[in-house]
Amino acid sequence: MTTAAGTPSDRSVLPVTERYTLLGWVRRNLFSDLFNSLLTIVALAFIVFVARLLLRWAFVSAEWAVIPANFNLIMRGQYPAVEAWRLWLVIYLLGTVVGVSWKLISGQFSGAARVLIAIPFALMFVPFFSMGTRLYLLITVVAASTGYLVAGFLPIQRRGRAVAYLILAYLIVMLILLRGVGAEEGPMPPVQPILWGGLLLSLLLAFFGITLSFPLGVLLALGRQSKLPAIRVISVVYIEFIRGVPLISLLFMGQVMLQLFLPDGFPLVDRVLRALVAITLFSAAYTAENVRGGLQSISRGQYEAAQALGLSTFQSTLHIILPQALRAVIPVLVGQFISLFKDTTLVALVGIFDLLGIARTIIANPDWLGTHPEVYAFVAVLFWIFSYSMSYASRRIEQRLGVGER
Amino acid sequence: MSENDAVEEIIICQDVCKWFGDFQALKNCSLRVQAQEVVVIIGPSGSGKSTFIRCINRLEEHQAGDIIVDGIPLTRDVRNIEQIRSEAGMVFQQFNLFPHLTVMENITLAPIQVRKMKKEEAQETAMGLLNRVGIPEQADKYPGQLSGGQQQRVAIARSLAMSPKIMLFDEPTSALDPEMIKEVLDVMQELAETGMTMLVVTHEMGFAREVADRIVFMDAGEIMEVGTPEHFFTNAQHERTKLFLSQIL
Repeated sequence: MTTAAGTPSDRSVLPVTERYTLLGWVRRNLFSDLFNSLLTIVALAFIVFVARLLLRWAFVSAEWAVIPANFNLIMRGQYPAVEAWRLWLVIYLLGTVVGVSWKLISGQFSGAARVLIAIPFALMFVPFFSMGTRLYLLITVVAASTGYLVAGFLPIQRRGRAVAYLILAYLIVMLILLRGVGAEEGPMPPVQPILWGGLLLSLLLAFFGITLSFPLGVLLALGRQSKLPAIRVISVVYIEFIRGVPLISLLFMGQVMLQLFLPDGFPLVDRVLRALVAITLFSAAYTAENVRGGLQSISRGQYEAAQALGLSTFQSTLHIILPQALRAVIPVLVGQFISLFKDTTLVALVGIFDLLGIARTIIANPDWLGTHPEVYAFVAVLFWIFSYSMSYASRRIEQRLGVGER
Repeated sequence: MSENDAVEEIIICQDVCKWFGDFQALKNCSLRVQAQEVVVIIGPSGSGKSTFIRCINRLEEHQAGDIIVDGIPLTRDVRNIEQIRSEAGMVFQQFNLFPHLTVMENITLAPIQVRKMKKEEAQETAMGLLNRVGIPEQADKYPGQLSGGQQQRVAIARSLAMSPKIMLFDEPTSALDPEMIKEVLDVMQELAETGMTMLVVTHEMGFAREVADRIVFMDAGEIMEVGTPEHFFTNAQHERTKLFLSQIL
């Protein structure tokens, strides 16, 4: 073959100078000329300087005692300690559901599943987690693995549908466990949402904010493209109104003004729920605009092919247009959801004790005066773990879905 | 059915007119196509060929004149439009396969969703069609992994899966590399031999000469001349037809 093509076989190996060695890499990328060498040295000096300061602070002067002393508060706010088993059960079940789903619809979901299972694993290595907590996290990982293994033996035909029902059932069970049922003296006494706090509340607000705003946003995006003027106008007005106001003003409106409009005794009295509604409505408008970008990227030929096959508008939207449009905007949507997760910290300003709100109360406690660097650093690490997981998962999903795209 | 109806006219276009803004794309186009007939439409670019066949399944809306497909008048009535679309398959210049679905899913989507066919049955039909267009081994690939010629053959199979009575081809080989044109034309020729009613917009004169029952020449939105291939290539009447043929032959 090689002789036929006229290329000597030794050319099939990279020239020595281009081959990978550590020294070669350093020379080529860091010291390629005088200016680059200078830049490398200056940058290195700066990094060492900052790292030394940080490390000295972290290991010598920081008063980390504040974290273990307030650990439960940071994690679950004022959720009663005797009821904490319910939270762990929620987490174990989540692990199991993820494991089962991963097995049943491997492929597109596996990247996201791996990340979800990696989170409890990663948390086991965060400092200040007690041994008990680490054990519970390990149980979560085991639950997920068990779910994965057991699901392989389940005789299930319609796997996608089974997973959908499983997730729906999980959500219901989760809410019952969190909220509690029955009498105060019963086995699962109610815990008012206003007592939910810390990381627990941040995650719940983000999770429900995302899952509720997503379908609403998709509907608004489709509405904005609708041929029916009434639907189009309503969508446009909604989107532009919401995008024109800051989230914090919506949160204040939800807390202060909503009662003025609602009849007495209306069930939407819970303050956490009102904050969630504000977050959802806010996020939906942004989702709508992102999805619209995806809808516009679909070529006219796709609509025409669907029409020519006799598909109705609903069918072609569901099977042809939306899957492609959403796929095109996954990076943007995930970026938006990550910022939504971080934006939930604004609820701290309306008196709800999410992760940041709890951090502020701890710092305000006279016992822990002057510990804000430690508290904020710890909170930042927690936020980073979840935000980075989301962005990593999105990249994996993109890679998966990229198959056969071009 | 009386004896006069023995030859069924499956497409009737009468004085069809179409404007894009102030520009008149179709001027009083009339054409009657019989069942099992293969009609090839030729003409210079911009002459309205594509617009004409796109009116037949309402991808474009005509503003005057009548179009009747298999006895169904094409009006604003959505039910009529959907009925006609499920009876007339269309193959596009740019294939327009669904890139997020496998070849198999591309072909089975419409039968399952529109005809409410069982999935297994639709897949069986699809495999048969893929065999017929010569690429059964590509069933599980995505369109992006196929060559242009293979994609166009999948597109033909996708249309055939709805068991249409009519096939509309809108320049099916114009976007293909030269070496792939033949594989698509072969499939089309075979389809013509099975008695499918076909309306083909193309620049492939060899195909027109060999396969067409009649050739329609369009220019500037008008149907200038209609006749058998023999008539066209030896004895064209109209000056503009002669000019066009002299330019491309």
